[in-house]
Amino acid sequence: MGEFLEFQGVTKRFGSVRAVNNVSFSVKRGEFFSLLGPSGCGKTTLLRLIAGFEQPDAGRILLDGQDITQLPPNHRNVNTVFQNYALFPHMTVFENIAFGLRGARRPKDEIEHEVHAMLKLVQMEDKAEHLPSQISGGQKQRVASARALVNKPSDLLLDEPLAALDLKLRQRMLLELDLIHDQVGITFLYVTHDQGEAMSLSDRIAVMHSGVCEQIATPAEVYEAPKTSFVASFIGDTNFFDGIVASAPEDDYCIVEIPDFADIEGFNGVLCYNDKKKTVGDHVNLSIRPEKFGISIDPPKRQFAHMNALRAKVEDIIYTGNHTNYWVSVGERRIAVYQQHAGYLLDEKPIRWGDEVWLYWNADSGYMLDDDAAPDDPLLPPKTSSAPASPSRADDAEGTAP
Amino acid sequence: MTKKFREVVVTAPSFLWLMLFFAIPSIIVVAFTFHGHTPNGGVGEWSLSTWRELVDPDYPVIVWKTIRISFEITFWCILLALPCAYAIARMKTKWRAIVAGAIMLPFWTNFVVRVFAWKTMLHPDGWLQSCYFAFIQFRAWLFDGLPPFLRDFFIWVHLASPTPPDPASSTILDSETAVILVSVYTLLPFAIMPLYSAAEKFDFSLMEAARDLGAKSFYAFRKVFLPGIRQGLISAILMVFIPAIGSYVIPQMLGGTNCVLIGNKIFMRAIQNRNIPHASALATLMAVSVFLPLLCALWWRRHQAARERRQVEIRAARLMLGGTK
Repeated sequence: MGEFLEFQGVTKRFGSVRAVNNVSFSVKRGEFFSLLGPSGCGKTTLLRLIAGFEQPDAGRILLDGQDITQLPPNHRNVNTVFQNYALFPHMTVFENIAFGLRGARRPKDEIEHEVHAMLKLVQMEDKAEHLPSQISGGQKQRVASARALVNKPSDLLLDEPLAALDLKLRQRMLLELDLIHDQVGITFLYVTHDQGEAMSLSDRIAVMHSGVCEQIATPAEVYEAPKTSFVASFIGDTNFFDGIVASAPEDDYCIVEIPDFADIEGFNGVLCYNDKKKTVGDHVNLSIRPEKFGISIDPPKRQFAHMNALRAKVEDIIYTGNHTNYWVSVGERRIAVYQQHAGYLLDEKPIRWGDEVWLYWNADSGYMLDDDAAPDDPLLPPKTSSAPASPSRADDAEGTAP
Repeated sequence: MTKKFREVVVTAPSFLWLMLFFAIPSIIVVAFTFHGHTPNGGVGEWSLSTWRELVDPDYPVIVWKTIRISFEITFWCILLALPCAYAIARMKTKWRAIVAGAIMLPFWTNFVVRVFAWKTMLHPDGWLQSCYFAFIQFRAWLFDGLPPFLRDFFIWVHLASPTPPDPASSTILDSETAVILVSVYTLLPFAIMPLYSAAEKFDFSLMEAARDLGAKSFYAFRKVFLPGIRQGLISAILMVFIPAIGSYVIPQMLGGTNCVLIGNKIFMRAIQNRNIPHASALATLMAVSVFLPLLCALWWRRHQAARERRQVEIRAARLMLGGTK
């Protein structure tokens, strides 16, 4: 299938800062594509480059085969839903939605018809004559979407459209956006710093960091097979382990010696799925998600073919309702473990602070990252303690791009 | 009760101020018009003689001329101030203060001195004079091309001259153009400042939204920027129009006999003829001529707004009943 929206080596500088650095990717027709990243990663700049508010310093942007790099915003068949909605305060909801059509000098009947169809789509028929100051945040968001969609853009750009809404409303608007995408069937390009939004809506996600696309993949792939330590830690929580391949007993598996575990008696290394075809002596940066671990007081009853098991000490227990977070230490190393409550295992002994426990995981649960070691990045967890960072949750709404 | 009392206390000073320095003087001025005048410059007995003196065919012409010239001054001021205010509001914060300061800088020089400077610049041997003559030749050519009834109309409202331009009598000094030019020069900062402060508060992401929705720059300017700075626009118009209506120094110094405005007449009656009641009557006449149409316009707008609201209600009711069109 032809690529619909294409970036070819796009670079944008603000002063000496490269907000977008040699980015190339393409979006398919009708796709729901997300740009995900922390504040200042360049995702909003990328969106503004497509909308035409900024001009790239290098590279080209193609829309449906046409080079739009130099076109002014009003000549591009894309429309934006702005983060602050940017509704015209002196116009009613109806006039706001009709703005694009009126500017295009469409016949009056047609405008009325189209706007009413849009009002119906976003369920705002009874608010047509209200001013933006008279409607709620969620309603403003709907009007902003309707105002963009009524022009039948070939690509809808959404710049953190839900950032200003509260949690419950955000969840509802997520469903509505998804529904609208299914109904209108055009390409959506969605910018967000919220991994939850991106994961639940997108067909594909581009994870951005410091102006660079770190990984472009489906939500599941981004989560299960992160390319870099940044992706692994930004999307969900994880534990990083640095090590060196000690031996490769099977084709697909290898044993990785981890310096943190070197002192443990009788433990000669972590068994690891070796999809990167590492050979003995290679350096490995391993990511194991906290929920991939099993934890119990008794030794694990069932043995898997490629299982790792370690003795660990419980340092902290945080009960969060739908699961429990444990902090366990293996020697000097702290590891985060998330467990769902398996209430039916009545005979399982409850785990308490200070307990000696068994920590076990399947060799397939660990994933080798492309970059060698966790880089010195403030957004990543400190390497020694491996605290599960959740920048996505701690972050406030992203400020305006530089 | 206490809330009401507090409201009274808080508004009392400004109310008193307005009473003392606006309402009472205005009433006195109007009251004077119903008096005669004494030869030594005092206010005489109750009489309607002053209003009778006002029946002079010159006055309506002068009143109209004053209003027309004030409109022209306001038009040019706003036309020049709008892009200016827009540009300043889009500058970096550091530059805004510098440019705003530069605009206010001429106020450090005495107003009369500045007008005298213009008098030198408008000298018949100067280059502005040649520009002016070229301009009136162009204007005469433009009006000649019009259909006779339109041309007659423009002559009637004194926008066109019935005689062809003559280099000897067409000097820019002592002309209406000079008065308009220098008035625009003096009043421009008063137009820029309210527009600038409104533009500074304007959310320019709305312009991006308009451009994004396919609007051309000028369309976005007209449909989004202008309504967005509406309050500033109104105060800019008032800030220019009101001083223009009452101006007498500039027409006195630069208008000669060709541009005698109501301000000059009031000055003449009050200072030269020492006829205070007559001057008061002229001032009242001027105020009524300006405010009566304004009140009518306001009433008309309120009437229109009420009609629109009714239409909206009807449309909303129709929507509720299910018929979209």
